[in-house]
Amino acid sequence: MIKNPYFRERIAFTLLFIATAIVVLPVICILFFIVKEGWHAISWEFLSQMPRKGMREGGIFPAIVGTLYLVFGTLVFALPLGILSAIYLSEYAKDNFLTRMVKLAIINLAGVPSVVYGLFGLGIFVVFLKFGSSLLAGSMTLAIMVLPIIITTTREALDSVPQSFRQVSYSLGVSKWDTIRHVVLPHALPGILTGMILAVSRAAGETAPILFTVAAFYLPRLPKSIFDQAMALPYHLYVISTQVPNIKLEVRYGTALVLLMIVLSLNLIAIIVRAHFRKKRKW
Amino acid sequence: MVKTVKVQALDLNVRYGTHEVLKALSLEVYGNEILSIIGPSNSGKTTFLRCLNRFNDMYASFHFKGTLTVNGVNIYSDIDVEKLRKKVGMVFALPTVLPMTVLENVAYGLRRHGIKDKNKIAEAVERSLQAAYLWDEVKDRLGEHGMKLSGGQQQRLCLARTLAVDPEIILYDEPCSALDPISTAKIEEAMVRFKEKYTQILVTNNTKQAARVADRTAFFLMGQLVEVDDTRKLFTSPSDRRTDDYISGRFG
Ligand SMILES: Nc1ncnc2c1ncn2[C@@H]1O[C@H](COP(=O)(O)OP(=O)(O)OP(=O)(O)O)[C@@H](O)[C@H]1O
Ligand SMILES: [Mg+2]
Repeated sequence: MIKNPYFRERIAFTLLFIATAIVVLPVICILFFIVKEGWHAISWEFLSQMPRKGMREGGIFPAIVGTLYLVFGTLVFALPLGILSAIYLSEYAKDNFLTRMVKLAIINLAGVPSVVYGLFGLGIFVVFLKFGSSLLAGSMTLAIMVLPIIITTTREALDSVPQSFRQVSYSLGVSKWDTIRHVVLPHALPGILTGMILAVSRAAGETAPILFTVAAFYLPRLPKSIFDQAMALPYHLYVISTQVPNIKLEVRYGTALVLLMIVLSLNLIAIIVRAHFRKKRKW
Repeated sequence: MVKTVKVQALDLNVRYGTHEVLKALSLEVYGNEILSIIGPSNSGKTTFLRCLNRFNDMYASFHFKGTLTVNGVNIYSDIDVEKLRKKVGMVFALPTVLPMTVLENVAYGLRRHGIKDKNKIAEAVERSLQAAYLWDEVKDRLGEHGMKLSGGQQQRLCLARTLAVDPEIILYDEPCSALDPISTAKIEEAMVRFKEKYTQILVTNNTKQAARVADRTAFFLMGQLVEVDDTRKLFTSPSDRRTDDYISGRFG
């Protein structure tokens, strides 16, 4: 055994540092690789034009727009539904067997493979509700996939609001709902935004749930309504990487780079908003 | 002076599950007096206080028997609990500032009760802060976050917040247990002044504080009222030996 506490400290520090480096290194490598291989492909034309000649030429504009529509559509359904049900579960539901089962089910839903959501969306939205393969069906499918994320993070945020804030509010004769609206929710907002960040990344990046519900193989125009099919970046990337021969490598990496940039900039917006709210509640 | 009965407790029996906390407790509180409640830990002081604004309702195991009236109205009947709590304010042991500005802390209750008029709110905020002896210290800091005030200032902010919704009765649960002597003195001074307007019930572990501010004092022991009397009488010549033991410190 090493007796000297100074050396023990050094060894512990080195081990922890190496572990972190091993975790971070692949991420940096992937990023570096994608940027290096892909950034030649990025041009105004690539970002703003329809694909041409069986996707071998032109740009990826409809896939970018499609992904943005899908992320937006997902949040439209998932945010209100997720936040409201989290409020119900955390603040109103009695702590009984049924509630515990529901909470457990929601946590477990987060672990369901995304292709299962895709099949579910195909069965319910595309076929049964007759939405067809459409932005509506795709958004709803993605929304169901991210609901557990939003509910779980929102509940954690609500549970972390000190009980004493609620008590003060009640002691002034304020109703439960007004207390939630004016004390609990503002305080939980940064945590809820974290859930939104995770949901955006997941919705923008998944291929399997949109595969049967919205994604078009090759559609060189923008969707005109929520009942239209759309192209989307993850699926487009899959298609040009495996289904269409003779596509330049840099186009594939360029597409991956654009997808990464979109996810990162959406996250950045949410992080800035969250920082703003955190600062507001600072003391 | 004519004494009006503001609060009347008749034969209260309170238990949590099977644990009996208050036993056959009867007590009257008169209008515009300060009644202090003293007694060892676990004697049910907080439980009694929290009956008065129905604050124990949130515990599923809470069971209440007996009659408790405020202004002659039985509050354990089908009443509007939110209205009751507006009338019966509460100051907690630990200063709990809401995560907002000084001004918004005081205005919080008013806004939630639907008052929107800016002038009305500004006026009520100033009046409440004045009454809590805090106005001079914070009048230039109204826009700052409430948590930036010192502990003693925070507790007076909480007091002002309670005053702002215009209660008739104020309940204090060891309001000075986390405060320094000077802040404590300011709160006690405010309490004595409040006698003009409010009925006050003060639970305290500090018998000296009870002796300083209370008109009457009640001694609780193991969920029972041992005796209640004029403060001076209770502290100089208590009629029950257990009271004597407690106030002279011969007691656990
Ligand atoms: N929510 C609750 N659930 C179960 N038991 C409780 C609850 N609140 C209080 N009790 C029990 O009631 C008894 C009296 O508690 P109470 O808080 O009224 O005492 P107290 O006189 O205020 O004591 P202290 O001086 O320590 O504040 C205690 O034994 C306590 O464990
Ligand atoms: Mg207590």
